[in-house]
Amino acid sequence: MKDTPMSNCERDFILKAIEEKKRLDGRQTYDYRKIKITFGTDYGCCFVDLGQTRVMAQVSCELVVPKENRPNEGIMFFNLELFPSPLVYPLQSELSVKLNRQLERCLRNSKCIDTESLCVVSGEKVWQIRVDVHTLNNDGNLMDAASVAAIGALCHFRRPDVSIQGEEVTVYSPEERDPIPLSIYHMPISVSFAFFQQGTFLLVDPCEREERVMDGLLMIAMNKHREICSIQSSGGIMLLKEQASRLELADSSLDNYQKDLKAGGRCGFAESMPQERITALKTDQTAVEMTDVSETASSIVQTAVAPPQTVPSPSVPVPGVGQVGEGLRNTWGLEEEEEEEEDVEMDVVEILDSDEEEEEVVILYPETTKKPK
Amino acid sequence: MTSFSCDKHRFHREGGMMEVFPSSTVSLREFGCEQTLLSRPDGSASFVQGDTSVMAGVYGPAEVKISKEIYDRATLEVLVHPKVGLPGVRERSQEQCVRETCEASLLLSLHPRSSLTLVLQVLHDDGALLSCCLNAACMALMDAGLSMSCLFCGVTCAISADGEIITDPTAAQEKESRALMTFAIDSKERRVMMSSTKGSFSVHELQQCVAASQKASEKIFQFYRDSVRRRYSKNL
Repeated sequence: MKDTPMSNCERDFILKAIEEKKRLDGRQTYDYRKIKITFGTDYGCCFVDLGQTRVMAQVSCELVVPKENRPNEGIMFFNLELFPSPLVYPLQSELSVKLNRQLERCLRNSKCIDTESLCVVSGEKVWQIRVDVHTLNNDGNLMDAASVAAIGALCHFRRPDVSIQGEEVTVYSPEERDPIPLSIYHMPISVSFAFFQQGTFLLVDPCEREERVMDGLLMIAMNKHREICSIQSSGGIMLLKEQASRLELADSSLDNYQKDLKAGGRCGFAESMPQERITALKTDQTAVEMTDVSETASSIVQTAVAPPQTVPSPSVPVPGVGQVGEGLRNTWGLEEEEEEEEDVEMDVVEILDSDEEEEEVVILYPETTKKPK
Repeated sequence: MTSFSCDKHRFHREGGMMEVFPSSTVSLREFGCEQTLLSRPDGSASFVQGDTSVMAGVYGPAEVKISKEIYDRATLEVLVHPKVGLPGVRERSQEQCVRETCEASLLLSLHPRSSLTLVLQVLHDDGALLSCCLNAACMALMDAGLSMSCLFCGVTCAISADGEIITDPTAAQEKESRALMTFAIDSKERRVMMSSTKGSFSVHELQQCVAASQKASEKIFQFYRDSVRRRYSKNL
């Protein structure tokens, strides 16, 4: 799968428009696209729509043995998967590695989750929190959407309650005791800036077309307290100090995200499906008419031909080797495997029996079972 | 995508209800779908059955790697992404089931030396996952405009411990069932295109489940028709 290459006309058009302070979708330089955050039916599931970019994050947990050098701390594991897209394979894997690394740095190295509270028995059992981020649609700026989805899912997640009495550890299921949320110190969210014309122009939240013509990308992860959690610059753009400090002013939209995340209620993906759209349709629970079913079934069973009783009972020539059907007699189990296929179909068994003389012929997929094209 | 104000289809979801067979009714959970929700793939759809939801995206026909090229028809690749963890053996077997069904219904010989990629992302699994994948796949293939000889739909049946047949079971019902079967049914003659079963059951029970699935598939095909009609209608 290869993507359509961008034409020179399109590239020149976008660059020229940026020089004149215009963007393809009419936004201003520091404008973000419309962001929508929804939560799924089970704990720890978060969907984020940033314009057309759609990302889903799911958090899960399990008890594991902790790392040897940190016996008191829980483990955080991040995995970001890209929806297969027409990008050529090496580029896609490069992008995947880059996004994974950025997400890890943004969330793990900033210590936003209290990992010591995830310890159950020091040195033996700790919680491993696994965050899986799936990108569903890439329309630019996957990193920001992924970071919002990941932190949203972590805020939404509840882990099972655990109690320790002496040596015994009891893990309660959600029905027995209410699960408890993770303790989160702060919420780092990343903001991406795209640079054009060797750093002369910058845009916030590039869409996919703008990303293709950009010279460099700067990603800053910050939290509500205006602390920088991580900075990543790619593309070899030399930034002057004035430009870098200007960027902090653009992060005021972070506060809106924090509010959204706290206020986000639970609703299933099924219920969040928009009803007014012409491309969506929903029905209610329907009953199925089944009056003739038992008669149809019985008639089919009665008219079906009974399977022929030509299957010989399996024999065990050597311990650990089973053989069904007649064929090459061999003491070493390796060659016998070819004749030992577990066939339930009557036709195959008959073919095997008739081909006894042709000991070299092995029929693995008889023609009768091939689907017509 | 313009939005119209129309009578809202808001219904309360009830659990998959079932009655003692053969007292004539068996039910499907409420389902919904949305088409063209992703901008990058050529066709996309999401299908929701009760709480189970799957999103499908189709890319194609596009260029294919020489190693995978077939001289007279398109190469279909199916990828199933689970919600948690990396794809494993279970996903591979689901991919195989979906791929065989799609290959049987798509007119692949119209696109020789091309590739079709179908990606299925599990958004939530509350039972009947394979049939939800099949339904989402069919809607996405329709949305992409690929030529098919027939439509297909997936129906899951579970046989509970006391012999009752439940169509479209929830995860809790699946867990307590003695056998679980998924059938892909085609739209022209309501025949079985693919079957995947787990558990033990008699031949008679199998035929009953097949017949029940064929009846249930009528509702699903009617739903396909309604959604596509709504999509291309000029007024709601």
